Amino acid sequence: MDSTNPLLWFGLTTGGILLVVIWVLLSLAFLLLADRKIWAGVQMRKGPNVVGPFGLLQSFADFFKFVLKEIVIPAGADKVIFILAPLISLILGFVGWAVVPFAPGWVVSNLNVGILYLLAMSSLGVYGIIMGGWASNSKYPFLGALRSAAQMVSYEVSIGLIIITVILLAGSMNLSTIVEKQTGWFWNWNVFGGAGLKNIVLLPVMVIAMGMFYISGLAETNRPPFDLPEAESELVAGYQVEYSSTPYLLFMVAEYSNIVLMCAMISVLFFGGWNPGFPIGFTAHWPPFLVNFLLALVFYAKIVFWFFMFAMAKAIVPRYRYDQLMRLGWKVFLPTSLVLVAAVAAWRVFGPGA
Amino acid sequence: MPVQAIAFYLLAFVTLASGLLVVSAKNPVHSVLFLITAFFSAAGLFVLLGAEFLAMLLIVVYVGAVAVLFLFVVMMLDIDFAALRQGFVNNLPIGGLVGLVLVGEMIAVVAAVSSNGAAAKQALPNASPGGVPNTEVIGRVLYTDYVFFFQLAGLVLLVAMIGAIVLTLRHKPGVKRQDIGKQVARTPKTGMELVQIKPGEGISE
Repeated sequence: MDSTNPLLWFGLTTGGILLVVIWVLLSLAFLLLADRKIWAGVQMRKGPNVVGPFGLLQSFADFFKFVLKEIVIPAGADKVIFILAPLISLILGFVGWAVVPFAPGWVVSNLNVGILYLLAMSSLGVYGIIMGGWASNSKYPFLGALRSAAQMVSYEVSIGLIIITVILLAGSMNLSTIVEKQTGWFWNWNVFGGAGLKNIVLLPVMVIAMGMFYISGLAETNRPPFDLPEAESELVAGYQVEYSSTPYLLFMVAEYSNIVLMCAMISVLFFGGWNPGFPIGFTAHWPPFLVNFLLALVFYAKIVFWFFMFAMAKAIVPRYRYDQLMRLGWKVFLPTSLVLVAAVAAWRVFGPGA
Repeated sequence: MPVQAIAFYLLAFVTLASGLLVVSAKNPVHSVLFLITAFFSAAGLFVLLGAEFLAMLLIVVYVGAVAVLFLFVVMMLDIDFAALRQGFVNNLPIGGLVGLVLVGEMIAVVAAVSSNGAAAKQALPNASPGGVPNTEVIGRVLYTDYVFFFQLAGLVLLVAMIGAIVLTLRHKPGVKRQDIGKQVARTPKTGMELVQIKPGEGISE
């Protein structure tokens, strides 16, 4: 989307942003329903099935219910920060999508430091939660906020180190370049050691890295089994206790947007992004728009698959205790990811592909 | 250029205004939040200069980690605001002196640059010399040219970390700790004991 005419550029970028936001919001509506359906399926319930066919319109009904309720602000709350917190959460939940490449050339901002940008935005996400918990001026939200701050800062460290292994494989921090390096057969995907069959030696290293990224992603987005900031058996609903109506809705939408963004990150970093896993030479004479659209669908399918994995983790795994969570982050993931970085770096320097 | 100028003045104004509010806000938590705003707009200024790597690092390191810990500590402190205000007049002379020294230094730097100083010939800092992205340039300087100094800095940090741990780590006797290996290795044989009790006698320890 580069153009010499600033007005044209402005229009194109705004259109792209609107398209992405609407796409994400619509996807969230149905993924939220899918989440509840999967959860219900594991527990042998039916899940929401009243509003619309198969309950497909449940999320929209919930949306109107949230929006039409009264916003209650506690008397002792810090009003400005109380309202600001969910807004910041929502904005930070959506700005990360700016650098996600959906298909060749289909990206709002083709940033050179795309991965760092994503890391920065996901590390900022903690502020919405801390501010919300503190501004509520209540004990449970505050405890939830403190837990969340410690948890997200801890798991960012291992996420950052795992991302370094991918950067080492791709030799770039641009997300589009990282995806392009994984073109062709599926063994070019980073989870199989990156481009070229000789790198298959890295398969065990990258599979461990992928698994740790998935688990750290669960912790970073406060998903079960690491949902201690909102553990309902101890903290009622954690940082969201005092929130009602639309501000609560904003928190929830932000949370799910972050989860889907994390799924997109796993797909881009380890599973080839828009690449279907086999050479697509036969599409050479197709119109480019159609090819891009199909590739975007492939990417979307990967996101949905990883969302399914997130939902299954929520349904199956019991919640961690807080000290176990910290132990896992600092004593298991941090040293392991350091070793992985060393292994990948050594292969890149001394291996046959050097 | 007008878009860049607008962006620059907006970011610069936000940086300065939130910097002022950091020291003048009554609530320390608000101060930290304004500090974060200042960091954030400073990152925006870096992006305007073309130094996108520094901008992202500023956000990841300072906003994402350091300021979170700041906020963490400040929120947990029990601060008496009235007591905090009392020292203001007493410390005013020292604060004023420091401020004066800083202003003097800034004037010296500006004067040196405008009168053919070190960076006078450079209209704009060159973010990507020779077309190489600044991420790569920083990497080359840090890990190739100055690798030993970089390692040394890392060692200093390691020593600081070990020092903090040595000062605070205590092994209290009688604290029950969880040993997951031990817990998992437990079998019915080691975890349970079958005792034949004679009627009317009970078990002695």
